[in-house]
Amino acid sequence: MTDERTPKVVEPTLFELSSPGRVGVTFPEPDVPRAKLPESLLRAELPLPELSEVDVIRHYMRLSRFNYSVDGGFYPLGSCTMKYNPKINEDMARLPGFAFTHPLQPIETVQGNLALMYTLQQWLKEISGFAAVTLQPAAGAHGELTGVLMMRAYHHARGDTKRTKMLIPDSAHGTNPASSGMIGLQIVQIPSDRRGNVDLAALKAACDETVVGLMLTNPNTLGLFDEHIEEVIQIVHDCGGLVYGDGANLNALLGIVRPGDLGFDVMHFNLHKTFSTPHGGGGPGSGPVGAAAHLADFLPSPIVGIVEEGDDETPPLYGFIEPKQSIGRVKAFHGHFGMMVRAFTYIAMHGADGLRAVAENAVLNANYLLARLRHAYHIPYDRICMHEFVAEGKVEGSDVRALDISKRLMDYGFHPPTNYFPLIVHEALMIEPTETESKQTLDAFADALIRIAEEAKTQPELLKSAPHKTPFGRMDEVKAARDLVLCCWLPEEKGS
Amino acid sequence: MNIPSNLMYTKSDEWFDPATGKVGLTDYAQAQLSDIVFVEITVSAGDVVEVGKPIASVESVKAAAESYAPVSGKVIAVNEDLLNAPETLNRDPYGAGWLIQIEGADPSGLMDAAAYEKYCEERTH
Repeated sequence: MTDERTPKVVEPTLFELSSPGRVGVTFPEPDVPRAKLPESLLRAELPLPELSEVDVIRHYMRLSRFNYSVDGGFYPLGSCTMKYNPKINEDMARLPGFAFTHPLQPIETVQGNLALMYTLQQWLKEISGFAAVTLQPAAGAHGELTGVLMMRAYHHARGDTKRTKMLIPDSAHGTNPASSGMIGLQIVQIPSDRRGNVDLAALKAACDETVVGLMLTNPNTLGLFDEHIEEVIQIVHDCGGLVYGDGANLNALLGIVRPGDLGFDVMHFNLHKTFSTPHGGGGPGSGPVGAAAHLADFLPSPIVGIVEEGDDETPPLYGFIEPKQSIGRVKAFHGHFGMMVRAFTYIAMHGADGLRAVAENAVLNANYLLARLRHAYHIPYDRICMHEFVAEGKVEGSDVRALDISKRLMDYGFHPPTNYFPLIVHEALMIEPTETESKQTLDAFADALIRIAEEAKTQPELLKSAPHKTPFGRMDEVKAARDLVLCCWLPEEKGS
Repeated sequence: MNIPSNLMYTKSDEWFDPATGKVGLTDYAQAQLSDIVFVEITVSAGDVVEVGKPIASVESVKAAAESYAPVSGKVIAVNEDLLNAPETLNRDPYGAGWLIQIEGADPSGLMDAAAYEKYCEERTH
């Protein structure tokens, strides 16, 4: 039997490629006297690999070909909104005026950057219905942490210090409990009802004067819009709690529903999902937070504002404003500015009608795939979905699992959907096509999944040993999780 | 699926042995979780636990799950061996894979083996 885990290609490490004396760059002799470093600071050996520039470029080029990317193919990773990142975003982010500025420059010298940040804040307010926005948080979960810190600060500022519980539905994003747990709140899980909504009776029973609030992902991780959203928010507000909105699934709502209008108190955006900035190894995230008027004073400081009004002849002077009861700074400098340029570009290129079309097409694409796959796979909460849906990765008359189906999809050239989440669906396959995919791509993906369901019955081994056509076969996930190697080694220690 | 008749069971898939006071995860739970790669027992010997409160967190390649006290009572032992060999929970869920031991607890309100088997069957269909 051949071992499926034996890679078909082997890429040596840079240390293994090293050849003594080879260099990438040669420096000219210094034309100033060499400074003497103290002996105690010098080491006899520095075991770095010795390589030419072309060796290094080819090494990383080969490694990059093992990877899978949105630019290379369909990437329906549920709740991650892996949409195509238009290349004009990259052009704008590389403009020298944006790329070569420093966050410590005097504000008078970076008015263009500040105007962009201010305008992006205004646009995000308009899109979401919130009163104020910070651009600081580094990514989604960091935005959540910022939001829950603001919720607690709001209660404390009112002398209400006995609130220690955060309610989180079982269909929420997995980062929600982590963000609340990180500041020491007790997590209370709220079950879903049969239609995938928050169970209202369970929510009512959990609401009391010890509740900080509810963290709601809407649409939730089943891809479903809560049918009682206003009632859910009212129940939490009635007990004095606040409602946090996880904006990771905002793509489904653009231009149609504004979370601020629904009564959410605070919400994060994922610029790297909804507004197409690269994601998943393609760049850092960016998780701005929007707040309703009563929470605006608690936003992290500083936020970008107008510090001197302009008039017909002079533009306003943009600068930094300290919210009155700010929770403080949550990020060095001003957040991931390059992501803001990309999101700004994306919004500017689409306009209001274009953003609405994004949401409509994202929902249409997901429902098209759902309609094509419903007969091949069981859909546990089967109703009109929003931007994504969850199928069970099981096939009647076969013992294959979601993992096997996902691995087999790689043989057909597709990135697998999100696996095993949400936890309320057994063998979950969470599929989010996004609006950037054509009908041809959606059909090719549906055809592959339907064919895989057939293979599961006729040749289950083909799935269980997949993938077969990728540079590497099935990875040993158990070994990877159990035998952690948390430190590197220097070459001479290798094998010891 | 193995469901010993001498044990009592919870809806959150813990077993309780009325004879020894030991608590663990069921065979159904370990199969659903698949390969378990990390176990953390969050209570210590001497702690008093309340029914339904978390006692351990268990992570597999698929998911992370909390495990809850099936009964109230005083913890008299925790299975330290499990922390370095989490796979024991897959291999021997009712034996070497026990989590904690609780003293003088009242098992009334828990399911017997027949009721638990029915409960598991309902969930697989």
